Amino acid sequence: MDGIHDLGGMDGFGEIIVEKNEPTFHCQWEGQAFALNIVAIGILQKYNADEYRHALERMNPYDYLNASYYERVFTGVASLLIEKGLISKRELVSKVSGHYPLARPNAVVENNSKDTPNEAIFSVGDRVKVQDIHTPGHTRMPAYVRGRQGEVIHVAPYFSFPDNAAHGGTFRKEPTYHVMFTSSELWNDDEANSDAVIVDLWESYLEKVL
Amino acid sequence: MTQANASPEQRLNALKTTLEDKKLIPEGALEQVVHDYEEEINWHNGAKVVARAWLDPEYRKRLLSDGTAACAELGFEGIQGEYIVALECLPNTHHAVVCTQCSCTPWPVLGLPPNWYKSPEYRARVVRNSREVLRELGQDLPSDVNILVWDTTAETRYIVLPLQPIETIGWSEAELLKIIGRESMFGIAQVTAS
Repeated sequence: MDGIHDLGGMDGFGEIIVEKNEPTFHCQWEGQAFALNIVAIGILQKYNADEYRHALERMNPYDYLNASYYERVFTGVASLLIEKGLISKRELVSKVSGHYPLARPNAVVENNSKDTPNEAIFSVGDRVKVQDIHTPGHTRMPAYVRGRQGEVIHVAPYFSFPDNAAHGGTFRKEPTYHVMFTSSELWNDDEANSDAVIVDLWESYLEKVL
Repeated sequence: MTQANASPEQRLNALKTTLEDKKLIPEGALEQVVHDYEEEINWHNGAKVVARAWLDPEYRKRLLSDGTAACAELGFEGIQGEYIVALECLPNTHHAVVCTQCSCTPWPVLGLPPNWYKSPEYRARVVRNSREVLRELGQDLPSDVNILVWDTTAETRYIVLPLQPIETIGWSEAELLKIIGRESMFGIAQVTAS
């Protein structure tokens, strides 16, 4: 989805604040938010990491930007556990004084049911183009490379295709590729002063440039 | 009018107690996870990898050819470390890592990522204006240094192997560990001798 989470290349953001000697968690609830997600994925096994990532992406954009990181984490956990029927929204709302933001509903997406490929289609040195895909669901293809051309510089192992896994689709694995894009291919204004960006992309996102 | 959000702490507690009332969280499980990530799985592991690579040319070779195995050699493996790639900074090439869509990080070696890494500001800006971002953060790289920004969009997890300050050649591992900072292993800071 072209959501608020897909921030790469967006203008208007200001100073980056680096906190010296930042602790792992700043307070108890941050650690508990993180731990609840680990327990829900690893022990309760009620959802997978891709469903979790997508739950954060489905937050109302206003809530997403206003929330701190660990607020987003537990908002995703709460939303998924409600959607999976383990708890109810009423149970949460009744325990707080104020609004309890949750993720917006999941979109219906097309399942990619192709078999896991036997071998990688692309090799190092190949010119590839990122396909012009617009899915309303989860994807790990950032919008800033959509339709852009780059060069495969490394073939990484097969990994579960997230666009399926986040929506209960067919489990399939695909090669992932480190694709290098020159800055001028991505942004052609004078402001763009990165030299190159390497994006890690699943095979289904790519097509060969002849 | 829209109601204001309940505080994060209150909302987290509502979720936690609801799950506890239903006996869905094994006793001690949350405390164990917090303990593991505060005490064991953190960026000090990555600093050991960097120090070792600086001290041992053979280890450096192994790290650059198979980062996952080289980190496992020192005992660092597990969730979010299934495929680790080490990026070697050279006098004419600098690397910086970002996860534009969220916060992916090689947990076994860098632990949970700091706030700046997860901030919309860094995620939006570094892919487009890396030189400016690095300058703001204190690294004014000469124009002949090529900057490569690595967006962690799939399952590869990156650790930056920073340049070793020339004056630290010959230092012991313990001395090196005192100067290798977390931010250098994401590529937004250099390691300096003092």
